[in-house]
Amino acid sequence: MLDAGSHADAYNFAYLDEQTKRMIRRAILKGIAVPGYQVPFASREMPMPYGWGTGGVQVTAACLVPEDRLKVIDQGADDTTNAVSIRRFFQRTAGVAVTESTPEATLIQTRHRIPETPMTEGQILVYQVPIPEPLRFLEPRETETRKMHELEEYGLMHVKLYEDIARHGQIATSYAYPVKVEGRYVMDPSPIPKFDNPKLSGNPAIQLFGAGREQRIYALPPWTEAVSLDFDDHPFETSKAPHDCDLCGARASYLDEVITDDQGGRMFVCSDTDFCAGRRAEGHVGRLGEAA
Amino acid sequence: MTLHSTDFPQKMRDPDQPLLTVENLTKRYGARIGCADVSFDLYPGEVLGIVGESGSGKSTLLSCLAGHQRADLGRIAYDGRDVLAMSETDRRRLGRTDWAYVHQNPRDGLRMGVSAGGNVGERLMAVGARHYGQIRGKAVDWLGRVEIAADRVDDRPSSFSGGMQQRLQIARNLVTSPRLVFMDEPTGGLDVSVQARLLDLLRGLVRDMGLSVIIVTHDLAVVRLLAHRLMVMKSGRVVEQGLTDQVLDDPQHAYTQLLVSSVLQV
Amino acid sequence: MICIENLSKSFTLHNQGGAVIPVMGGASLTVSPGECVGLTGQSGAGKSTLMRMVYGNYLTAGGSLIVGGTDVATAEPREIIALRRHTLGYVSQFLRVVPRVPTLDVVAEPLLALGNPADEARDRAASLLKRLNIPERLWALSPTTFSGGEQQRVNIARGFAHAYPALLLDEPTASLDATNREVVLTLIEEAKVRGAAILGIFHDEGARSWVCDRLVDVTGFTPRAAA
Repeated sequence: MLDAGSHADAYNFAYLDEQTKRMIRRAILKGIAVPGYQVPFASREMPMPYGWGTGGVQVTAACLVPEDRLKVIDQGADDTTNAVSIRRFFQRTAGVAVTESTPEATLIQTRHRIPETPMTEGQILVYQVPIPEPLRFLEPRETETRKMHELEEYGLMHVKLYEDIARHGQIATSYAYPVKVEGRYVMDPSPIPKFDNPKLSGNPAIQLFGAGREQRIYALPPWTEAVSLDFDDHPFETSKAPHDCDLCGARASYLDEVITDDQGGRMFVCSDTDFCAGRRAEGHVGRLGEAA
Repeated sequence: MTLHSTDFPQKMRDPDQPLLTVENLTKRYGARIGCADVSFDLYPGEVLGIVGESGSGKSTLLSCLAGHQRADLGRIAYDGRDVLAMSETDRRRLGRTDWAYVHQNPRDGLRMGVSAGGNVGERLMAVGARHYGQIRGKAVDWLGRVEIAADRVDDRPSSFSGGMQQRLQIARNLVTSPRLVFMDEPTGGLDVSVQARLLDLLRGLVRDMGLSVIIVTHDLAVVRLLAHRLMVMKSGRVVEQGLTDQVLDDPQHAYTQLLVSSVLQV
Repeated sequence: MICIENLSKSFTLHNQGGAVIPVMGGASLTVSPGECVGLTGQSGAGKSTLMRMVYGNYLTAGGSLIVGGTDVATAEPREIIALRRHTLGYVSQFLRVVPRVPTLDVVAEPLLALGNPADEARDRAASLLKRLNIPERLWALSPTTFSGGEQQRVNIARGFAHAYPALLLDEPTASLDATNREVVLTLIEEAKVRGAAILGIFHDEGARSWVCDRLVDVTGFTPRAAA
């Protein structure tokens, strides 16, 4: 068993060899140069199964420097299995400092959320992406979707939203909600809730997206415009559970519903654990919370 | 109802200028000829039938004309524009606006996982329609024009009969008021009674919308009822062309005579 | 209106050893506006062949064939289509229609093809069908199931729907009863009065003498006779 300090002996810094990092960095730079465009890269086997963030981990590994302070969240939480194991992976293979605090982190790897606390310039947000192709839902042929991106044929994206409204009376897509980047490429923002979509746009941080199984990297450089697709008569709207956080009382944060017993008891809590803890430390108290 | 960016005013048309001019179009597959030296003009409002047996090159010709395959030699001019020299962006744009393609098998021309309304609306959305209510209204209007009840607008085509699927495919293609429609055996897979209804529908649409049509079929009865002019192909070459009824009633080429005399009379 | 000069025709049967059968030579005749010319001759003498050539349905081997300023012998298909749409009507012995299309629409179609409003076209079709004694209950049905006489009258209604300046009539009264025969002959008279040039085949001698101003015996156009 390796302890946190013994990384240098067993692994190259941040696990990947330098040639691989160079290849991935090239893909990242290309992605930043062409915002929203999916750059193919030669995804490596990682010591974790596909679907556990192999794409995000490779992007993180290629970006990390020894001075970095890493935060890893899974659905907003720092303490879930996936977040903990990835955080420990980089502690062991890179020896970087870690944190749960959004403002203190220099690099945040995330699955399915954007932190509530606004990101700042100089930070990097790395998304784990299962299916990078937003057109895949209606067009299974990769050759055809690439052609559609090339020629900006995005009518099909609206067919998907049309089907939503026809079937549900409203746009029912509530996560992985497609955005158009700088008026050019349509992009899947990974399965973040559409509540987070406005935070994609004009964000001061660098946003990088890594899909390991699908071997694609794409990016939003700082201050990039990302517009959620919609219809004139069915405009894009964010949505969240109509509650306040039961622990910290926050009204505008994205909530998880937690079942507390088998009598129908439930509570709503911030999905962003760091944000919630920070508010409670400041003395905010929700319906079921206790004063700190 | 108006769709701001997707309402297609009838373009100024000069009926004496060919809409499509094809010169010496040739497509080879290695040493084998797909089609060779095909030349013709198609005028606004004209329906051109292409007949011939399987392997005669009629389907190859159609796919070269529609841009699905690249011709080796020759020239295609549409409305004065050189189609073969056009960028792929422009050509595909043409394919979703001014041109339409009706496949023999509606499954090839429809999105089977998308509702009838979504299928019809796709071309509108592809050219920028962004108002759900108007897209849906136009879809319902078009379903009516191809005799599909408005209450089927949210059903998927997989629940439709073959004839309905084919009519849906036609609605999906015609919603942007194209000027040139390619049809590959549009009545091929249908029951005879369903064919008749579809033929009548197509005749009405051709007349009312002033469509130019190139229709490939092996069914001489279909071209007699639908096509103004006829081109007979054999081994990749056009052996005879002329007025449909003239070619069928007074065929000049040995192959056409054989073709016409081989049809069973009812 | 119709001016035929030195017209000839032969059939080449490629599938029967390339046999060439000359069927017509040196055919010449004219039909002026307001005139009805009847073609006579034995069965097989070439009356129908000549009519079909005038309509552009058969190609010509030589000579000229001018209808309303268009030389049908040399015209492009689209010119013949325009000629048939605007100028030259044809009532054949057989009705050829898309199955399942209502009779009223079959009759109105030539008017719709000319861009007339649908209701006007149907009104005109209805008045013709009424005149030709097609019961109104049949108008919504396809004529393919009608009796021979009814089909013939539908065909005539269709042929007279538009006021063609030139008309070809192939046995228009063949299978009609006395009443309808009279209606058809009156229609022909009216067409003549408005100035139509009519070329027809009438086996019915009474009809022939009623409407025809002149007769032309096509026997004189058979190649042997011409030679």
